[in-house]
Amino acid sequence: MYRYDQFDARLVAERVEQFRGQVARRLAGTLTEDEFKPLRLQNGVYLQLHAYMLRIAIPYGQLSPRQLRRLGEIARDYDRGFGHFTTRQNIQFNWVALKDIPEVLEKLAEVEMHAIQTSGNCIRNTTTDHFAGAAQDELLDPRPWCEIIRQWSTFHPEFAFLPRKFKIAVTAAEHDRAAIRVHDVGLHIRERNGEVGFEVWVGGGQGRTPVIATLVNAFVPERQILDYLEASMRVYNRYGRRDNKYKARIKILVTELGEAEYIRQVEEEFAAQREGEKIDLPRAEIDRIHSYFTPPALAAKLAVSKHFESAKVADPAFARWARVNLHPHKAAGYTSVTVSLKPQGIAPGDATDTQMELVADLAEQLGHGDIRVSHAQNLILPHVALDDVPELYKALDAAGLGAANESRITDMIVCPGLDFCNLANARSIPVAQAVQAVFADPAYEEDIGKLHINVSGCINACGHHHVGHIGILGVDKKGEEFYQILLGGRADEKAALGEIVGPGLRAEDVPGAIHRVVEYYRAQRTSPDEKFIDALERIGHQPFQEALYAAD
Amino acid sequence: MPLIKHGAEIANDWTFVPDGAVLPETGKVSVSLARFLALKRGQENGPLPDGVRLGPADDPAELEPYLPELQLIEVDFPKYTDGRGYSQAQLLRRRFGYAGELRAVGHVLRDQVFYMHRSGFDAYETRRATVSEVTEALAELTVAYQPAASGPRVAFRKRHGA
Repeated sequence: MYRYDQFDARLVAERVEQFRGQVARRLAGTLTEDEFKPLRLQNGVYLQLHAYMLRIAIPYGQLSPRQLRRLGEIARDYDRGFGHFTTRQNIQFNWVALKDIPEVLEKLAEVEMHAIQTSGNCIRNTTTDHFAGAAQDELLDPRPWCEIIRQWSTFHPEFAFLPRKFKIAVTAAEHDRAAIRVHDVGLHIRERNGEVGFEVWVGGGQGRTPVIATLVNAFVPERQILDYLEASMRVYNRYGRRDNKYKARIKILVTELGEAEYIRQVEEEFAAQREGEKIDLPRAEIDRIHSYFTPPALAAKLAVSKHFESAKVADPAFARWARVNLHPHKAAGYTSVTVSLKPQGIAPGDATDTQMELVADLAEQLGHGDIRVSHAQNLILPHVALDDVPELYKALDAAGLGAANESRITDMIVCPGLDFCNLANARSIPVAQAVQAVFADPAYEEDIGKLHINVSGCINACGHHHVGHIGILGVDKKGEEFYQILLGGRADEKAALGEIVGPGLRAEDVPGAIHRVVEYYRAQRTSPDEKFIDALERIGHQPFQEALYAAD
Repeated sequence: MPLIKHGAEIANDWTFVPDGAVLPETGKVSVSLARFLALKRGQENGPLPDGVRLGPADDPAELEPYLPELQLIEVDFPKYTDGRGYSQAQLLRRRFGYAGELRAVGHVLRDQVFYMHRSGFDAYETRRATVSEVTEALAELTVAYQPAASGPRVAFRKRHGA
């Protein structure tokens, strides 16, 4: 993984001191809250319902064991013993005192971490495929380009006060696990005649006005990608709406200008760049960054592990977990393991200090020191020998991390909701837990197959309800919480927005309604191999909607 | 309002004359882009000012032919959260080669001057930041990851000795 050199280290250290000064001025009252707000936001500090929240950047979702251990330590020493992994592959702490934040940032800087641009109207953490560098189906490893984008976007002087926040995602696999079509900019790494380049998608997003991104350029060569991003963003910075924060994302600019006109303006700006304006990243720098991402030295293994196979025979629960939570690896005899943070009854994405430390230890012992955070709010050990998987499972399961539900119905993306967030209209975590309880039987859940449920507590859509196969959206109706159900969303390469099926349900009616929809699917599927989303697309929404509203 | 340039507080000997107000015959004067262009094109008669004030929606490309004759361009930040002025500054300095004074006016606060400096501003008319605060703010970060109009040499060049 990437390691800081003297320049990276110095910048992060300087940032800690800068923020320490800003906090001191705020606490002394020389900075008003209004003036402090954009400063703290650009450092990931939110004022939430109960306290300040600190969001820490995990660039493209990659952590070393040392870093994850440090996060566990911060959870214990400055929070209430847990942290919350987010859909931006970051982590947030909900109970950190403002006065302690400079100290926390210093502890993060020691392990090459920061909270820069995890909030505010600037370029946020670049996200990518959580199996990057390990997945069988990727063209190449997207992380070096994520790191190049991270550096380019850090304290970019022109794009620190954009009309609104700005999110970039990168994938290099045909099956898009990074949801690039619902990002402000989505990049798909391609190869053309031996040259590496990027397919550029712009103007996707969720929130109040969900939009699937527009293909703006089918191939921008790698040497030009930062210049092309600057052109795309300059058009947005200059012409994006600033009169209404709900119409300020780039998707609204693209929609209002029209795709063709936005593309014309970007191409015009790109063509107008003069020689001295080009970023002209030296080949040596591109190579230097790539050199940090060489694959781990994996001992040669047979494709079939006898130890792994016999462990499955001996323990059906392990066998199920292995069927569900493992992802094919490039190297024979290896796999990528999802450590589910979605067991029954826990706020999805939460991990305790000791769980973080355990995963760090296991990654060190069995996982070549590599850990990822997925946008679905789970942890991943991308490089594990099949021989080591039984031992890994035992240790995880003993710590409450053995849920066999990766991409299954209880592996929900859920925002913090009204329990924590001051934007929310309704609670999300309790309704998600009530739905989870219906599908608590692991055999039943496995039989249902892949099915994404995403839950948001308000229309800002932090729980990605628009792109869940089933979306649940909390709304407030005259002081009472109601939940609207959406069907047919997806965030992958066939990205689509879910449609609201009808009137909202009371919280207590949601689990039963979801259960009826799932039962309808099970009755109608052509075989257990036909996924929920495929059956929904084949049959159409109407019968599913009828099942949803049918009385028991 | 203090005017800070190159690390010192200086006297402001420029006057911004709003649209519709009479232009003085002498003295250092700035006007809006629209008025400057009208004077240039002979649509309005009067003495030609040496300074222009850009609003956030103005296109600096319209000034390109006249840049060698201008001594001052002011970029107005009506709210510090409106970042359009950063793009205007980068265009003026890096694309059009403007070399005169580029002054940030309006809601200019201590914690924005670092970005302003990197975007090409060299003078700040601030609400209440002092010289020492501005100097301090400009010195806080000494590493730059991306080329810009001004500030530290970009890290990727330093890394490879270029």
